[in-house]
Amino acid sequence: MIIPKQMPLEKILKTIEGIENILVVGCDGCSGIYQVGGIKQAETLATLIKMHRQLNNEPGEIRHTIVLRQCDQQLVATTLRPQMENIDALLSLACGVGPQTLIDVFPDHKILTAVDTFGMGGKDRELGHFFEYCSGCGDCLLNDTGGICPMTRCPKALVNGPCGGMLDGKCEVGDYKNDCAWFLIYERLKKLGQLDKFKKYREPRDWRVAQSPRKLEI
Amino acid sequence: MAKREAYSKLMEEIHAGKFVYTGELEPEKIGDMEEVIEGAKKLVGHVVAANVTDIPQSFAYMNSLAPSYMIQEIAGLEAVCQMTCRDRNRLAMFADLLAAGALGIKNILALTGDHPSLGDQPEAKPVFDLDSASLTALIRKITDEGIDLNGHEIEHPPKFHVGVAINPGAVPLEPEILKLERKEAIGAEFAQTQVVFEIESAKEFMKAIKHVKVPTLIGIFPLKSFKIGQWMNNFVPGVTIPPNLLDQLKELKKIEDKPRRKEKIAEMNVEYFGEIIKEIRKTTQAAGCHIMAVKWEELIPQLIEVAGR
Repeated sequence: MIIPKQMPLEKILKTIEGIENILVVGCDGCSGIYQVGGIKQAETLATLIKMHRQLNNEPGEIRHTIVLRQCDQQLVATTLRPQMENIDALLSLACGVGPQTLIDVFPDHKILTAVDTFGMGGKDRELGHFFEYCSGCGDCLLNDTGGICPMTRCPKALVNGPCGGMLDGKCEVGDYKNDCAWFLIYERLKKLGQLDKFKKYREPRDWRVAQSPRKLEI
Repeated sequence: MAKREAYSKLMEEIHAGKFVYTGELEPEKIGDMEEVIEGAKKLVGHVVAANVTDIPQSFAYMNSLAPSYMIQEIAGLEAVCQMTCRDRNRLAMFADLLAAGALGIKNILALTGDHPSLGDQPEAKPVFDLDSASLTALIRKITDEGIDLNGHEIEHPPKFHVGVAINPGAVPLEPEILKLERKEAIGAEFAQTQVVFEIESAKEFMKAIKHVKVPTLIGIFPLKSFKIGQWMNNFVPGVTIPPNLLDQLKELKKIEDKPRRKEKIAEMNVEYFGEIIKEIRKTTQAAGCHIMAVKWEELIPQLIEVAGR
């Protein structure tokens, strides 16, 4: 799923300065599942903004709502159209896709985000850590690298790793706290008896497949 | 594999089976090349060639290409021009290789390069469009076929020898050796190792890569001070400095008279590393030693005198 992180409140307040009527829009997709932009977080953020405005005698109405998936134009339109009366701006709690979908549907409104987006990954529920696992490069290597993505999990995105910065299976980037992706690939391919895949030379990537912006016909 | 033609003195000597010595020069954050050229002049006649570093540890320094040319032209010392993949995409790497060829550079050390986050501009965007393996492959295409990565012909294609780096201290060692085998298959012609401080680790490593037919130069790093030794021990991946060597440096640190202290430290290094190099030369299949005595060039002839040629 997509990894979202709510911006610090001060940064959000600065972003909405001078805008009177705001609809805080949560997303029940990735952001809601990760409890960053669900209905509860939308309500909390709306309450905090209201409190700040009351304390500073600032005018305006702050409401909140949620869309099942903010990345779907139809869902955004049907859910939000009835709630847009008097609204000057939408403040999105979805990933970076959400606000841009909101613009597609409501081109005449101010659209703002309260979230920094960190890419695609998984969560370790016990530790509460998010891990980035996929960068959506458009040319998947997983079948060739034991199921571990070097494009995302190696800071240099090397296709012929590991580099000299690996020590005891850890990566020089981040002070040897993170796993070296190519060490994980080596271990996994060794376990699978496929070290030939590790040793083989991989040609430099064709970056055209990752050329933004991409559009997929479905 | 049949031996390729030698275009450089370094490769001539390697092919001739001589035990070769290379040095290292580091252009820093400086707007002229006097120091590098002076360093190169001191190395002439003692080493066959010297590496010129390419933004080492991702510190924003002068590039390697221009000083590589200048040490050849002015000092008469052959360069091993280091090229890292950190800062340039394949277009820029290729462009610099053509320029290097036109400037008479014959030896390229193909490195992936340290990540920018380790240096003094950690905000920089990392490139790594190529890596040390694909850069090696590119150099082979230029040299052997006169073409670029996509097969387009080059007019008057340059001829290079391509070297790679390897770390004997890598833990675990197996992926490092597999990587060297990968680069051997691509056509790497020589290898230089990360620094080695103990003869036993050099011997074990050379035994572990005996099946790989890439002439390998063992990296030697004389220690100028206790502080540098301690830093290397703590912060350089795979480097362990023997405690007795660190103790000796710590003891010498106590000498108050600076010139005398420097002299004693030099003596200690010559004795310690001279013996290691001698042992490498006599007991292993190493093609030579790569001595990284940056700004300490005068040490190299002394080391070679102990170690022999």
